[in-house]
Amino acid sequence: MTTDPRNMGCQEFRNQLSDLVGSGADVENHPHIKDCDICRELYEQLRTIAEAAKQLFPDQEPEDHLWERIETAIKKEDGITGAK
Amino acid sequence: MAQHQTILAAIDIPPQKRKRMPRSRSQKQTPEAPASDSTMEKESAVQVGDPAPDTILPAPQLSPDAEILARAQAGDHHAFAHLYSLHKRRIYSLCLRMVGNVAEAEDLTQEAFLQLHRKIGTFRGDSAFSTWLHRLSINVVLMHLRKKGLPLMSLDEAMEPSYDDGPGRSFGAPDLSLTGSIDRLALERAVAALPAGYRLIFVLHDVEGFEHNEIAAMLDCSVGNSKSQLHKARLKLRDALRLSLRKGDRR
Repeated sequence: MTTDPRNMGCQEFRNQLSDLVGSGADVENHPHIKDCDICRELYEQLRTIAEAAKQLFPDQEPEDHLWERIETAIKKEDGITGAK
Repeated sequence: MAQHQTILAAIDIPPQKRKRMPRSRSQKQTPEAPASDSTMEKESAVQVGDPAPDTILPAPQLSPDAEILARAQAGDHHAFAHLYSLHKRRIYSLCLRMVGNVAEAEDLTQEAFLQLHRKIGTFRGDSAFSTWLHRLSINVVLMHLRKKGLPLMSLDEAMEPSYDDGPGRSFGAPDLSLTGSIDRLALERAVAALPAGYRLIFVLHDVEGFEHNEIAAMLDCSVGNSKSQLHKARLKLRDALRLSLRKGDRR
């Protein structure tokens, strides 16, 4: 049973938050968020984390020795399978 | 004909870049690292010796990348080494994000390229090569995590975040304000400390840019489950960041 969004309590809103965010709904203009500073702050914090994630863990170069390891493993495998 | 054209499309957009602008490549590059993959592709394509295009290439207008791919598929070891140099950075970084550990990320990168070596002949160009390799690598990581016995979906209720220290308790407490900016390093640390299942969903969705339906297919779970796990992961990160801010304020 779904409550009218205008009469939704904090707990119900939070229970639905993952679905609302995941479905791309306009959460910012959700009637509950407009009236509830606490849930608005929660939503904004989660959104900030999701936005910040895009900048996390920039690409890194593996160490040079990794190719040597891979090459050795390939040669070993080719040897086992009787490389053509 | 259509298949031939798709094989030619070896330069492509990886999943990570489908929903957003490409990552900045200016950070943490080693001195010898290339400015970009495409720059390296152009430069190194010339350096790989003896392409013998007349005898090997199936068509006269192959791009340098498609040419390298075709040669690697034909068993040319130098071409495979070149494919490694083109894709190592992205695959290693993907593994590192998913497991959060350099030694494991190296092992998994090695396993991903070994699998590529075994399976490269089966690539038919139904998808872009880098997308195919990306998926192959993710599967390698998932297989590894399953073998380790780590649940790909976090089910432990005790580990789940709660709202009991929600914003309602934080009135007038400036240390709880995350809105606006986040310490990237603190967030990276918090992601690394997440239980494996939460980290996986967060990295796949928020960092790598996969959609919930794609993640659900990869992890063999429902879309709703994927959404719910992501939400819990973000809540846990929020808790961890607030804790880190509090500790910072006490110093």
